[in-house]
Amino acid sequence: MELAEVQVNAARPSSLAGVRNPFQKWRKLKEKIIELCLLTSAMTSVVVVFTILWILVSESIPFFQHVRLIDFLTDTEWTPLFEQAHYGILPLLCGTFLTTLIALSVAIPCGTMMALFLSEYATPFWRETLKPVLELLAAVPTVVYGYFALMTVTPLLQKLIPSLPGFNVLSAGIVMGVMIVPYVSSLTEDALRSVPNYLREGSMAMGASKAQTALRVLYPAAFSGISSAYILAISRALGETMVVSIAAGLKPNLTLNPLEPAATVTAFIVQVSQGDLPHGSIGFQSIYVAGLALLILTLVFNLFGFYLRRRFKETYD
Amino acid sequence: MIEVSNLTIRKWIDFLFQIVGLLILFLALVTLLSLILDLSTKGLHRIDWAFMTHFPSRFPERAGILSAWVGSLLVILLTSFFVIPLGIAAGIYLEEYAPKNFFSTFIELNIVNLAGIPSITFGLMALGFFVYTLNFGQSILTAGLTLSLLVLPIIIVTTREAIRTIPQTIREAAFGLGASRWQVIQHHVLPYSSGGILTGVIIALSRAIGETAPLITIGALTFIAFLPPNPLGTDQNFYDWIFSPFTVLPIQMFNWVSRPQSEFHVNAAATGLILLLLTLVLNAVAIFIRFRFRRRIKW
Repeated sequence: MELAEVQVNAARPSSLAGVRNPFQKWRKLKEKIIELCLLTSAMTSVVVVFTILWILVSESIPFFQHVRLIDFLTDTEWTPLFEQAHYGILPLLCGTFLTTLIALSVAIPCGTMMALFLSEYATPFWRETLKPVLELLAAVPTVVYGYFALMTVTPLLQKLIPSLPGFNVLSAGIVMGVMIVPYVSSLTEDALRSVPNYLREGSMAMGASKAQTALRVLYPAAFSGISSAYILAISRALGETMVVSIAAGLKPNLTLNPLEPAATVTAFIVQVSQGDLPHGSIGFQSIYVAGLALLILTLVFNLFGFYLRRRFKETYD
Repeated sequence: MIEVSNLTIRKWIDFLFQIVGLLILFLALVTLLSLILDLSTKGLHRIDWAFMTHFPSRFPERAGILSAWVGSLLVILLTSFFVIPLGIAAGIYLEEYAPKNFFSTFIELNIVNLAGIPSITFGLMALGFFVYTLNFGQSILTAGLTLSLLVLPIIIVTTREAIRTIPQTIREAAFGLGASRWQVIQHHVLPYSSGGILTGVIIALSRAIGETAPLITIGALTFIAFLPPNPLGTDQNFYDWIFSPFTVLPIQMFNWVSRPQSEFHVNAAATGLILLLLTLVLNAVAIFIRFRFRRRIKW
């Protein structure tokens, strides 16, 4: 890029430095205008991030004039729309954590195994064919997954566990797990592929089998990249909305039992938005508070991911 | 007692490891397939001409998705109008212009953050900003803007990746012939990266079609028995339709799933099948384009 500057200057001999060519003047102006337009476009993302923060914070502040922060963090009931209103975020956070945990216990082992298989065992042809097909799993609209969880997975699970209610966290969590498997497998596979071959060769020369090489050499070596795959999966699961609003029931429930219905932060926001709440009411503010809590949670995990990536970064020449 | 050597055990473990991997992979593919089959068996018989040309109704057998697919189409049209130029321009700036300084790193950090923000948060922002601050109402315009911001990072990232694969020598050759920076981009960088950019655009739009949560948050209606005003009608302004209330396919499906009557679930399955096929076809096209371009261009 600096190169361009040099060449533009070189194209104009010094003896002509004072002469102004109207064509060149116009061209320079045009270049400046275009650069400004492109810069403005790039700035949009900054503006959006700050608008999100500004809106969420400014709509949440009035909420905390009604509700003490300590109640918000410790009350065990979340019933902002009832006569006897309680504003404890814990039941919603609990639901979010529970669904995320179930989703991750499906997605992380399965995704990692798939990635190890694709990168270490599959032939290049199968790898290149199966990877995009697996990514289709992430392209399916989430509302379709919600339908699948409620209408197909729950009845299947009810055959195994007859006492399972129609709305439950388990089936929502499992389906969410299937949904985020491609994020894990795709990024993990990329990370494994970027481990240099001499590590594989070295390990095998020491007599290790392929499985041993994969688990004890390649997995640790690629962990920096793999950790960012896991973190992406976590943020997807935390923010997932439609599957839980359709299949997990909408009742805030402070429980760690996956066989019960529960509501997540996101499901609560959807539930309230479907009604017609007046702008400025406490119920309206409560969805912004819930959104802010979710955003902070996601940011914390992303920062943690940033730390992991730095901590386990390995560089190879 | 039979002696089993260490090597045999390790070979068995290795074999087992491979089988487990293959099995999980197979399971994932089966899930995808059963998803398609499940929706087809439940909903395929419901899809006919009447289903496409009727408004939603209290009677499940008379209900259709006319307002939903028209709404989806218009919202996606508006989304593409905003996000395609914006995303590509931002990608070009970051790859071709941005100096390596604190400011550029700051922009990049923001894009990464934007991609990690839960989609429902975009809906909350849109409700507070577009609906109540700018007074756009719960309209197609608000929906288009919201989805644009949501999928913006996808287009920026894929544009940058596509541009980055073009070797520096191409740019140097063009500069050497006296081309200005924009001429290099217009005549060389953009044409050569168009395949990658197009892939990104298609994937972003397919994501936007299936997105539900942020549109529920901004207040898309679930029961709409009219179409947005026809822009070519005589007694309206051309742009009246962008301020019209709307519904989209995923929201219509969500509404039908949430009802207790199982007749509505059939409608939901039919809508879901249409949505699923739409996104799968778009993604298949994207994969095909990526494949074609990777083959044709060799630097």
